[in-house]
Amino acid sequence: MLNYDIVIIGGGPAGLAAAISAKDSGVDSILILERDKELGGILNQCIHNGFGLHTFKEELTGPEYAGRFIEQVYDRNIEYKLNTMVMDISSDKVVTAMNRTDGMIQIQAKAVILAMGCRERSRGALNIPGYRPAGIYSAGTAQRLVNREGFMPGKEVVILGSGDIGLIMARRMTLEGAKVKVVAELMPYSGGLKRNIVQCLEDFGIPLKLSHTVVDIEGRDRVKAVTIAKVDSNNKPIPGTEERYECDTLLLSCGLLPENELSKSAGVDLSMVTNGPVVNDSLETNVPGIFACGNVLHVHDLVDYVSEEATTAGKNASDYIRNTASASSDKQVKINTECGVRYSVPVFVRPDKMNDKLTVRFRVGNVYKNVNLCVYANDTLLMKLPKKVMAPGEMEQVILLKSKLNEIADLNTITIKIEEA
Amino acid sequence: METRELNCIVCPMGCPITVTIENNEVTSVTGNTCPRGEEYAKQEVISPIRTVTSTVKVSGGEWPTVSCKTKSEIPKGKIFEIMDSLKGVSVQAPVKIGDVLIANIADTGVDIVATSNVEVL
Ligand SMILES: Cc1cc2nc3c(=O)[nH]c(=O)nc-3n(C[C@H](O)[C@H](O)[C@H](O)COP(=O)(O)OP(=O)(O)OC[C@H]3O[C@@H](n4cnc5c(N)ncnc54)[C@H](O)[C@@H]3O)c2cc1C
Ligand code: SF4
Repeated sequence: MLNYDIVIIGGGPAGLAAAISAKDSGVDSILILERDKELGGILNQCIHNGFGLHTFKEELTGPEYAGRFIEQVYDRNIEYKLNTMVMDISSDKVVTAMNRTDGMIQIQAKAVILAMGCRERSRGALNIPGYRPAGIYSAGTAQRLVNREGFMPGKEVVILGSGDIGLIMARRMTLEGAKVKVVAELMPYSGGLKRNIVQCLEDFGIPLKLSHTVVDIEGRDRVKAVTIAKVDSNNKPIPGTEERYECDTLLLSCGLLPENELSKSAGVDLSMVTNGPVVNDSLETNVPGIFACGNVLHVHDLVDYVSEEATTAGKNASDYIRNTASASSDKQVKINTECGVRYSVPVFVRPDKMNDKLTVRFRVGNVYKNVNLCVYANDTLLMKLPKKVMAPGEMEQVILLKSKLNEIADLNTITIKIEEA
Repeated sequence: METRELNCIVCPMGCPITVTIENNEVTSVTGNTCPRGEEYAKQEVISPIRTVTSTVKVSGGEWPTVSCKTKSEIPKGKIFEIMDSLKGVSVQAPVKIGDVLIANIADTGVDIVATSNVEVL
């Protein structure tokens, strides 16, 4: 059995930033485990720009952003193992992993940081009977094929789902000479960032059809055509609205899901809304010493926030191993999310232990215009922020101050909700 | 007088911006949250610019392609010409982030630089 103070599962932006921060907080015994052949995670295939505006004050591509963190890991001589798949994490923090050179390895960690990222929602999203011919790809798979393997999956493309990856791939495949005929989105609003709609669709005249879904796929061996139709308010296709597009490729961009099989085996409680671990203000799960950050915790649209969150997790994990007695006995206050606010990260706040400032991130369930975002401690209004627009595609945040929370007598709930202006 | 509705693409906030133009000159910009939005809007209505990101082939490397970008923004109308010029190009591994792969692409005065590292296989 190997022994490390902190074992980090996943070498994407979250794992890298957590490792750097733990090292800078004084922990030397750190190991990053990554199943891929290189560090950097999903960013290696995100060759478009738009990363790092917050962190580096310049617009970088995904690989450049990852590269800056990888350099810092090298500079600090932080240990990592590539091509190493973590198979299991136990509740007493024994990590079981496998690779070709070491075979099966077991590592006893004092703290574990979960940074496994997320996976794409699969074809289940495609709720139609019939054949599944070749030519149907998830947008992320297509991205890897085009950007890393140099392989174009098709020439005439229909995209279902307007998440950011789908939008980015609409532009990418257009630039590579494909004809992207339409992007169909089930919801009445796009799940992607406005800037991506402008520079990936509008720049190239690619139509975006909201409240539309795929109702038929033709072709036995290879996709030949796809039919989309408008849906009613119950998401049922409306007869007579069908439009048929000849194409050889259908990309699915139907959202991402945190990758939490391992967390479950460790006994970590997961949120029904995000599919990610339920954490407190130090990003610690219900299992003492197991922390989570990045897309495994909740899906982020901005990598800058992933790095920021992971930096916090790394520091807190190092505090934890220095002072193991803490955790479970502390008073925790739950953050309730209501009236349009779908979830929050963290879920629990320890008013005595929290940092002076706590960033709480969340998403809303619908598009809201000209509303107030309100935060209550018990029944006391702490914050009322006017918002011009809030949309499910864009993560929101509020900052809670320890001093303010501690002014409230018998604090037992914090509530975040949307109110009419 | 003409008004145009834009969405700023400089950062993920995506602020809705209204620009008014008179005699080919921008007379007002509203809706932007920060000065970068105003700069973007002025540029966008007069002559839009974009950064192009793509890949070029690599020989002898651990990956068959290397990602790249225009080192600064180029006129939007030049995008496809740039893509065409990238097609036939192949570079030799190793490639490092920042390496100039093609100088002065499509006569824009802008270089194509690598945005990832590709080691020799
Ligand atoms: C296609 C796409 C486009 C995006 N575009 C933008 C953008 O334009 N701007 C922006 O700021 N952000 C963007 N993002 C968001 C940003 O890239 C992500 O938020 C960020 O990469 C998440 O980092 P992470 O470390 O949590 O996850 P990941 O990058 O997914 O890293 C997780 C790592 O864990 C490893 N792993 C998982 N399970 C195991 C296991 N069992 N054993 C060992 N290793 C394991 C994986 O191999 C992976 O390397 C985009 C995301 C995607 C998916
Ligand atoms: S105006 Fe400023 S804040 Fe708004 S999208 Fe543009 S750069 Fe971002």
